[in-house]
Amino acid sequence: MNHEPLLLATPSGDALNLRPEGRWTAANVVTLETLSRSVGADVDRSRVVTLDMSGVSALDTLGAWVLEKLSRRAAASGKSAEFVGVADHFSGLLDEVRQVNRHAPLPVAAPNPVLARLGDLGKATAGAREDITIFLQMLGALFMALIGVLRRPRSLRLTSLIYQLYRIGWQAIPIIALITFLIGAIIAQQGFFHFRRFGAESYTVDMVGILVLRELGVLIVAIMVAGRSGSAYTAELGSMKMREEIDALSTMGLDPVDVLILPRVAALVIALPILTFIGSIAALYGGGLVAQFYGDMGPAIYIARLHEAISVTHFKVGILKAPFMALVIGIVACSEGLRVKGSAESLGRQTTTSVVKSIFLVIVLDGLFAIFFASIGM
Amino acid sequence: MDVAQDQFAIRVHDLVVGFGRQTVLDHLSLDVRRGEILGLVGASGGGKSVLMRTIIGLIPRQGGTIEVMGQPTGGHGRGAATIWGILFQQGALFSSLTVRQNVQFPLRENLVLSQELMDEIAIAKLEMVGLRPQDADKYPAELSGGMTKRVALARALALDPPILFLDEPTSGLDPIAAGDFDVLIKTLQKTLGLTVFMVTHDLASLTTVCDRVAALADGKIVAIGPMRELLQSEHPWVRAYFHGKRSQMLQHEMR
Repeated sequence: MNHEPLLLATPSGDALNLRPEGRWTAANVVTLETLSRSVGADVDRSRVVTLDMSGVSALDTLGAWVLEKLSRRAAASGKSAEFVGVADHFSGLLDEVRQVNRHAPLPVAAPNPVLARLGDLGKATAGAREDITIFLQMLGALFMALIGVLRRPRSLRLTSLIYQLYRIGWQAIPIIALITFLIGAIIAQQGFFHFRRFGAESYTVDMVGILVLRELGVLIVAIMVAGRSGSAYTAELGSMKMREEIDALSTMGLDPVDVLILPRVAALVIALPILTFIGSIAALYGGGLVAQFYGDMGPAIYIARLHEAISVTHFKVGILKAPFMALVIGIVACSEGLRVKGSAESLGRQTTTSVVKSIFLVIVLDGLFAIFFASIGM
Repeated sequence: MDVAQDQFAIRVHDLVVGFGRQTVLDHLSLDVRRGEILGLVGASGGGKSVLMRTIIGLIPRQGGTIEVMGQPTGGHGRGAATIWGILFQQGALFSSLTVRQNVQFPLRENLVLSQELMDEIAIAKLEMVGLRPQDADKYPAELSGGMTKRVALARALALDPPILFLDEPTSGLDPIAAGDFDVLIKTLQKTLGLTVFMVTHDLASLTTVCDRVAALADGKIVAIGPMRELLQSEHPWVRAYFHGKRSQMLQHEMR
């Protein structure tokens, strides 16, 4: 069977007779492109171009377009070009293809690189301002919602709050305990390994205790929670926004901040200090195990050293930071969720932004707290 | 190829599909002729979409055979886009790609062709479904419902497949846009020689574009034929469907 497409070019004087044969379909596109390129020069040379379609056994949009392009190439330089012998069942398609691609695509002006940079800078500045505004708006809305709840305690969504506590608090305990345990163990191992050189092994316990209670416990837990629960909040609220659930809530006269956001943020603020406590204990336990098996320091000595090295102040410094970090994570996660637009891509982008931004802010906040506590002598 | 195979684009024989204990399609048989527009009607949740999704291989079947273009289904795999194009109810455009890239996607995945030709074909397809070349650089999120359906149609037709599946193509469109879309499908079906399998509730589409209409009830095709014949059908469900208050009103208007 005649499947392979062919293009026979028969020049006669000024005229050129092109006779396509075989299957001019998308499946043979490589051959079709080669064929049409090979006769390009002939088409340019002759004055009258005739396309004899009688040999074509199958034709689709792609094939028709390749032929139409040849005829346009001839017509563009003022020569005549026509299709002859078109079978009835191809004529509709050919007529259709003759209508398309008539409008040259609009030229896209290349932007001035300097101006483009300046434009980007301006947009980034405006974006940063918008971020701050949105953060403050959400903080204010939460505050108002909280006042509303304090005035009418019954309006608190208790079921939702407890469900969120279960999800982001209770269910997070195993992974958080495991990770902080490992971190505590690693710090202790590093301490023993390096302090051993100048015989200061016993100070490892001081380092582990102070580091874990003041900084690492709360920081690691906050970062874990931002990744685990913050992203979930953003994705949840984002898909609710996409499916107009949030609009439905508003039209029923309910404030999404009261119904959706306050229980979530409140759950974070309650859960994060508890998780921090659990995490710190797990880290100290990890340090203790390393002390026993790697540093040859028994549990009794470890606990006694710990007792000397740390005070309630260290514990307070760590645990005081937790609710503030929770607030930041919650606000960022929820406001990013509400910024999701219609597409799946936007949901992904906003979730990424939420996690990156909340981890960044948690670390910045930790730095500010370090300065603050240093200046009040804690 | 023998005549019977050549005559039918889709042959469904004795098809059984169910989920858990529930049987949705019960020994269903249906033949779709080449070059016709077949409309499928049925109760909501009655298995219309299940039938369509089973034919295109998204839902596994428990029994029976399905032949598409003379070949049993399941063997198409990667080349499926050259056999059929599917217009999903919500369009199912890839949201991270522009309109142009959406239309080019099947071309890029199935063929080796120059970027220039690919751009031209994509614009050609968009113009054939009635969109302007300026719309090519928009993202799906920026399109209206009618435009989304048109782009989805352009993507479904990107490789000129012989069969086109439409899942409620006019749902969510206003009557004018729905009418335009019907005309568009009819025109494209003629120019490209398509076989169209259309799931719809739109009585106007059924009357104006469908060559034959199949009614699905109780997991079986209970009536099939041109719209005129279906209106005469004695099957209680088909009577209720076409002679209910809403349908009567519409048909009265149309006369």
